[in-house]
Amino acid sequence: MRGSLWQLGQSITRRLAQTDKKAVTRRYFASEADLKKTVLYDFHVAHGGKMVPFAGWSMPIQYKDSIMESTINCRENGSLFDVSHMCGLSLKGKDSVPFLEKLVIADVAGLAPGTGTLTVFTNEKGGAIDDSVITKVKDDHLYIVVNAGCRDKDLAHIEEHMKAFKAKGGDVSWHIHDERSLLALQGPLAAPVLQHLTKDDLSKLYFGEFRILDINGSICFLTRTGYTGEDGFEISVPSENAVDLAKAILEKSEGKVRLTGLGARDSLRLEAGLCLYGNDMEQHTTPVEAGLTWAIGKRRRADGGFLGAEVILKQLAEGPPVRRVGFISSGPPPRSHSEIQDEKGNNIGEITSGGFSPCLKKNIAMGYVKSGQHKVGTKHKILVRGKAYEGVITKMPFVPTKYYKPS
Amino acid sequence: MALRMWASSTANALKISCASKAHLSPAFSLSRCFSTVLDGLKYAESHEWVKHEGAVATIGITDHAQDHLGEVVFVELPEAGGSVTKGKGFGAVESVKATSDINSPISGEVVEVNSKLTETPGLINSSPYEDGWMIKVKPSSPSELESLMGPKEYTKFCEEEDAAH
Repeated sequence: MRGSLWQLGQSITRRLAQTDKKAVTRRYFASEADLKKTVLYDFHVAHGGKMVPFAGWSMPIQYKDSIMESTINCRENGSLFDVSHMCGLSLKGKDSVPFLEKLVIADVAGLAPGTGTLTVFTNEKGGAIDDSVITKVKDDHLYIVVNAGCRDKDLAHIEEHMKAFKAKGGDVSWHIHDERSLLALQGPLAAPVLQHLTKDDLSKLYFGEFRILDINGSICFLTRTGYTGEDGFEISVPSENAVDLAKAILEKSEGKVRLTGLGARDSLRLEAGLCLYGNDMEQHTTPVEAGLTWAIGKRRRADGGFLGAEVILKQLAEGPPVRRVGFISSGPPPRSHSEIQDEKGNNIGEITSGGFSPCLKKNIAMGYVKSGQHKVGTKHKILVRGKAYEGVITKMPFVPTKYYKPS
Repeated sequence: MALRMWASSTANALKISCASKAHLSPAFSLSRCFSTVLDGLKYAESHEWVKHEGAVATIGITDHAQDHLGEVVFVELPEAGGSVTKGKGFGAVESVKATSDINSPISGEVVEVNSKLTETPGLINSSPYEDGWMIKVKPSSPSELESLMGPKEYTKFCEEEDAAH
């Protein structure tokens, strides 16, 4: 889910507070008509989806189940999300790998065909333009999914560099998969349910792996990945088959896999300790600060060769000035921009995401603190509406992840 | 109640169809979201209710408000002995999806707060007009009650607010 769920509401409220309410309503309403709809829009509405504007799209924030129920059901049974607002694209050509390696921190060359990884597109200063899951389909075909809210800037960024790369004789071109829709099927029932709809043996497809296969009668791109911490899949399906596939998944699960909206998706990813770009990672955040050092390939740490590598390699050697950490806190749930203070009341950072964990039944949050203040178990203060509450730095994920890995 | 995270237009989209849970007989039922509005109470545009009995007025948030917010996980209340001012915030309600400021529909002195909400914030969802009350106030200008909406007006207000989005 991407774009910023909480920021969206905050910016609207700020406007409401500042201006005549009716004028805002009109302006807001006018833009609502411009929102893009996925092919599943009518399907969402028919299933009780409460549609809200999100990153330029009209997306379901929840259905009939509450966010609490949906979050818990995803971990106990399963969830089906429409994530078609995210942008899938393919890079093709024999120089696709060296091209992409200029833009991301991953060791793309080192990926085996049919495998992928989370990565970060960096800028010249080492900051994050976006986070993204990239897959090496073949040596001359890479498949990338970027955030809806970052689509325009990401595509502009890639295009600019692609032009320069091609001008020097590089062989790379792209295809943006606007003909496809993206469904995320997550939770313990994801694999057994999906297995009913394909002849391929899903027990041989592990976390991070990719396959092109027939699902429910159409050719899909299947990645064993997700944004919940659970085992599951993201299924890129031809748009004309998306509604049928969604129906088939719900039907095969006998009602246990539930349609789930952006609200529970946010709770789930927060429980899993995953970043939401726009909240937990921004233009100025480096992957090292964000705790994504593991995603910088070993070869890349030695050789660099991606945008902002000097900054990032220096941070690797000397340590970053700030670090992303998790908190469990008392009092009201911290939200983004809540101030973090040390015991003496000095400002040491800011919360970037926070909320009440439906699974743990306590407040969880993530934010950035100065290096040295980031040790697990350290007690800090988090300010909510001017009052200080105790927040203890806690290892993430808050809820153990259940990725399907070879034993 | 001022929705801080999800402004009214967004919050409107969060409308949940849930059957009325109030034990008292509902005066009106909102046609679209089946929220309960009770007779005998006064309502503010920011979705708080007031029940004036004798020298004390009880304040809480409406069924419509709790319905939009979803599961309440934390309630921040003032201390007894403090004062509240009409139209000004006196506390906050946190749900899984949003933070909302709670405005006082009237001015006066806080004589009691519902301490049960500290342990069981979900009372606001299960019983917004009874067990989920928030504060009791001794009104300093009882005439302020006149400016609030009655049940019919509030029902219409909610319908119009929903329809506007």
